[in-house]
Amino acid sequence: MHIELRNVSHEFTLEAGSLPVLKDLSFSVPKGRFTAIVGPSGCGKSTITRLVSGLLKSKKGEVLISKEVVKSPRSTVGMAFQNPVLLEWRNILDNVILPLEIVSKNISRETKIKRARELLNLVGLAEFEKSKPSELSGGMKQRASLCRSLVHKPEVLILDEPFGALDAFTREDLWQTMLTLKKQESFTCILITHDLREAIFLADQVLVLSGRPASLQFQLDVKLGDDRKLDDLYTNETTKSLAILRKQIEIAQKSMM
Amino acid sequence: MNYNKITIPLISLLIFCLFWEWIVWFNGWPNYKMASPSDLWPAFWKFRWLFLSYGWDTLWRTVIGLSLSIVVGLGFGVIMGFSKTMRIALYPLLVGFNAIPKATVVPVIALMFVGFHDMNTILIVILISFFPIAVSISIGLSTLEPEYKDILLSLGATKFEIFYKIALPKTLPEFFGALKVSATLAFIGTNLMEIIEPHGKGLGHLFDSGKISADYPLMFAVLIALALLGIFLYYIVVMFESIFAGWAERN
Repeated sequence: MHIELRNVSHEFTLEAGSLPVLKDLSFSVPKGRFTAIVGPSGCGKSTITRLVSGLLKSKKGEVLISKEVVKSPRSTVGMAFQNPVLLEWRNILDNVILPLEIVSKNISRETKIKRARELLNLVGLAEFEKSKPSELSGGMKQRASLCRSLVHKPEVLILDEPFGALDAFTREDLWQTMLTLKKQESFTCILITHDLREAIFLADQVLVLSGRPASLQFQLDVKLGDDRKLDDLYTNETTKSLAILRKQIEIAQKSMM
Repeated sequence: MNYNKITIPLISLLIFCLFWEWIVWFNGWPNYKMASPSDLWPAFWKFRWLFLSYGWDTLWRTVIGLSLSIVVGLGFGVIMGFSKTMRIALYPLLVGFNAIPKATVVPVIALMFVGFHDMNTILIVILISFFPIAVSISIGLSTLEPEYKDILLSLGATKFEIFYKIALPKTLPEFFGALKVSATLAFIGTNLMEIIEPHGKGLGHLFDSGKISADYPLMFAVLIALALLGIFLYYIVVMFESIFAGWAERN
């Protein structure tokens, strides 16, 4: 589904006054594409995820998903956060099924289990479906969280720094898992991240936001194609792209001071 | 594992009794000053039928009162957990109410509902033990991380779905922690009523009889019986905890 933000402005009302976080932000993500959003800390990236998911209504401008204005949460959205927020009293399989219990109440439990297993297989957690979250490592929890965000076949996937708390090697593993999921499932994705290499490795386009109040500062189209390998991160072209992004982040950070 | 869970407490109990016996013998205390464990058996045996029937009176009224205090505590907890306004409004009232010594409330209740001994006792139990439950539930619900709500809210889940799929189960460990406190408080409630306003029922009444007839071993025996009932109820709560909130225990 095509995602579009049109001149979106947003501010939070605090006791000390209002804090503008987004100013005249416009961008669009074509159907089935993967967009990464980077920017300085606290520039309002998470606000974008809440606007697109319908958890928050923008003060000005519009958020559209397939040409429809987003007014409230919709069952066609999946979300994953830095904190995997798995329910500790459920095993992994039942954690993954959770969204189906809300969205598809009428389908049988067998069908739900079948769908959940399909995803758990893809991410390599098939053997752990009966485990409790507390028995899994951080990377495995995040894999389960990704399965949960995709189990109801959402058209829009919103990832808010899902790999941010993982160590470097686990993170690279998860990137590859993400590519596998991208190939098997069809969704339009927005990824919020602080990791420029992650942005380039996963996304079709990388958006750099300016400092708060954030607007679109720079857009980079990634030309890595659909079959990506970790080695692609060490080519001259990628290095150039990284340098460009790095420079843009510096500019954005200065605009915040 | 299970073997240790039973034998270790039994050994500690035995050591405690031996120490108690020894300290009474060593100081040469007469049993009107301090009864020793060996004085208690005759007292238990002599009044065994009274212990059984009064113990039952105390137990069932405590359990009913505790069950109702869960309902009341859960009600207050849910209201205060979900509404900040209600939390601000109700906390001072509840704290103030909880600060009143319940011994002073006993005569008031007894006078309000003359003759309804069972109801009066249960009422005192509720008043004394709902507070920890209300506080724990309200804290548990109000400190739920926003991401937990977001994963369901973003799918268009109702408030009720969020409550029973996430908020309630996540609060269960805190709830059982509070229930353990409340379970022991509840016996204080029952006995306050039975001792201050005796009405011929319960272990409190037996204690009172022992006091009147200066039967010190009997008084001590009642105390021990109460402790045993308290331990019994406590472990019932622990059993429910391991069934419903066992996931919170890490090995």
